Amino acid sequence: MFSYTLRRLAGAVPTVFVIITIAFFMIRLAPGGPFDQERSVPPEIQANLARAYHLDEPLGQQYLRYLGDILQGDFGPSFRYKDFTVTELLVEGFPVSLQLGLAAMTIAVMVGFAAGAYAALRRNSAIDVATMSIAMTGIAVPNFVVAPLLTLALGVWLGLLPVGGWGGIDHAILPIIALALPEIAFVARLTRGSMLEVLRADFVRTARAKGLSERAMVVRHALQAAALPVLSFLGPTTAAVITGSIVIEQIFGIPGIGRYFVQGALNRDYTLVMGVVIFYAVIIIAFNLLVDLLYPLFDPRVRHD
Amino acid sequence: MATGRVLHVFKGLALAAILLLGPVSAWAAAIHLGNGTEPESLDIHQSSGVSEANIQRDLFEGLIAEGPDASLIPGAAESWEISEDGTVYTFHLRQDGKWSNGDPVTAGDFVYAFHRGLAPETAAAYAFILYPVLNAEQYVNGEITDADAVGIRAIDDSTLEITLKAPTAYFLDMLTHHMAYPLNQAAIEAHPDDWMRAGNLVSNGAYTLAEWAPQSHILLKKNTQYHDADAVSLDEVWFYPTEDVGQELQRYRAGELDVTYDIPADQVDWIETNLAAEYRNFPYLGTYYYVLNTTVAPFADNIPLRQALALAIDREVLTQKITRAGEIPAYSFVPPGVMNYQQQTQDWADWSQQERNDRARELYAQAGYGAGNPLQIEILYNTSDNHKKIAIAIAAMWKQTLGVETTLRNEEWKVYLSSRDEKNFQVVRAAWIGDYNDANTFLELFVSDAGEMNDPGYDSARYDELVKGGAFETDLAVREGMMEEAERVFLSDTPLIPIYFYTTQHMIKPTVSGWIDNIKDVHPSRFLSVGG
Repeated sequence: MFSYTLRRLAGAVPTVFVIITIAFFMIRLAPGGPFDQERSVPPEIQANLARAYHLDEPLGQQYLRYLGDILQGDFGPSFRYKDFTVTELLVEGFPVSLQLGLAAMTIAVMVGFAAGAYAALRRNSAIDVATMSIAMTGIAVPNFVVAPLLTLALGVWLGLLPVGGWGGIDHAILPIIALALPEIAFVARLTRGSMLEVLRADFVRTARAKGLSERAMVVRHALQAAALPVLSFLGPTTAAVITGSIVIEQIFGIPGIGRYFVQGALNRDYTLVMGVVIFYAVIIIAFNLLVDLLYPLFDPRVRHD
Repeated sequence: MATGRVLHVFKGLALAAILLLGPVSAWAAAIHLGNGTEPESLDIHQSSGVSEANIQRDLFEGLIAEGPDASLIPGAAESWEISEDGTVYTFHLRQDGKWSNGDPVTAGDFVYAFHRGLAPETAAAYAFILYPVLNAEQYVNGEITDADAVGIRAIDDSTLEITLKAPTAYFLDMLTHHMAYPLNQAAIEAHPDDWMRAGNLVSNGAYTLAEWAPQSHILLKKNTQYHDADAVSLDEVWFYPTEDVGQELQRYRAGELDVTYDIPADQVDWIETNLAAEYRNFPYLGTYYYVLNTTVAPFADNIPLRQALALAIDREVLTQKITRAGEIPAYSFVPPGVMNYQQQTQDWADWSQQERNDRARELYAQAGYGAGNPLQIEILYNTSDNHKKIAIAIAAMWKQTLGVETTLRNEEWKVYLSSRDEKNFQVVRAAWIGDYNDANTFLELFVSDAGEMNDPGYDSARYDELVKGGAFETDLAVREGMMEEAERVFLSDTPLIPIYFYTTQHMIKPTVSGWIDNIKDVHPSRFLSVGG
């Protein structure tokens, strides 16, 4: 297990390197630069800006400079949020996204898994149909529709919760709900599907034939097996959810890092884009590894030697 | 169970916090302002947007300040003299001017800030705003390396002399720009990389920076050292980034904001029905227009065609049915309300649209186009619902009146900017917000050597002569005549089609007083107050 982890980590290094290289050149190939704005600045000022940010150097030299900097842990200053370094922006924003994301995923897994498993056990009953209809709605209705409706109802009309901003726990409730809803729906559908498959499996038939009670069979065997696809789904999804959502952050005015993924690219904020790309790559790799390490606990056929 | 307990603990903590902080905050008069986007920087030399300027204006005070209605009032300078030839300004600083750390505000602080703002290594995008100052441009572009050659010097601690390269009628107004604020050299040198952070920033305006949580809020607190602190009513000013206008309105309705930065255009009807008394809509120093690329066919040397397209746009329909946020139909480029300037207009501005369309068809035919030979044209705009709606409507008007076949091309903002700068377009949507209250900030864009700023590639010797001559003219009446004639020349050549003048829109709670609508949309917090 230990050597497996080491091997995986060693394999991640070239992956991250390739991602850095592709991202570095792609963002620079995009038309327009970080300092283009509605009012075009005189050429001498453009030259001063390019010099100050080393954009006047050949691309290869900029790339080597960047690699040298990140090896020393320096991700540079943001081009758009000039008073902060990329590291500062990520360090300030990530805990916020992480808190919201973990809370939302916890709810999604608990509610979604329970609903999906229950629906599978009561297949084709009214409860099954109702649960799956709600889940389909949850998947189909996007966040940017749900979030304003939630704030309008609970914030503006009822005045129970703040509409936006970040501060106390009350500020987190609506964003967590809005983040969790689609994930609950996904987890529920996934669980139901895999549970139905498991209930038809040979080992379940064997267990029943041996006289195991339905309840014991479900709790001891079926749920565990049905959790496998959900676990695979959770790796990349959790990585995505804890790194924030631009829709949720803009709508609720939350200082997370989700917005940097989109705005960094739109603003041609080269250093910020690189920072979030590397950060996200590392998180994805870490979560995929974590899921693979957890697999043996759920599936006795999988072992990492 | 567990979450219930956690909630209880949190509620307890929150209650304790309220009990502890309650009496303190009850005394603090605070205002909560929606402020558009997260600031690019609070460094006066590194920012270029309106959201940043709103905060910097509360933190810093230039030689000249702006009153509640944006009129020019003495700021750090209590008086000044202008030499007869209009090129030397002598400012006398107020004796009681202090930085938030207690240091006196001196003439040297302005010299330091100007030198820093113009230094090539600072790379200030807005350095050009100081170009009227003698040798400022040469220092920026590296022709001069000695900062002392720039036309600003401290005669003594309280006397500052600024020498211009030529008389500049709008120079005092320009001094309200953030590029012309002073800086405290010692404070910057103590924290070279993060002097603009809360705790490090030393300011000379009515407020100091207390907190800056990126993407969350900026909190300013009253500067007790400020010379007019006794007259400042608000103890705290909170600025929030509000990028989603729909949600900004909801926060306003929920009482979390006192003033919004903007309003959602699609909810104007609802606002006018339900919150009309709190809705403000006022003309702004900005114009929305379509640029015609006059450097290539079909618009090069084809004034009748350009005029035909300008005439065939029904601006009343556009502003009343499409944009619907109180915009004013535009028949000139310089907006109304500019100082020392009489608004110009096309001679057909008071015609009916029917008359305009008839004339447009004549000109279209004269330009060599017709039913058998329709003009085929492409409109470029940056991706946005509003721009798209306008482009579709204009394409339809051109089609209906003239039979023009229009295609639309939308590009993401930065791609669009680079296409525009490279003149890779036939017709492009653009907008201009004046940097200061003078016609020059609009007309200087289109002199033939203005480079990328001259989007249409306009080239008129007469126009150049009038605009450049106007810049050096000290007699205000003569200068006004020249600038106005320049715009008439420009409008009749039609290198671009003005569509509407912007207005600024805010929601303002009835509890806010001291807010005066003005064309610059400048509202220094020191003049605002809240309370029932």
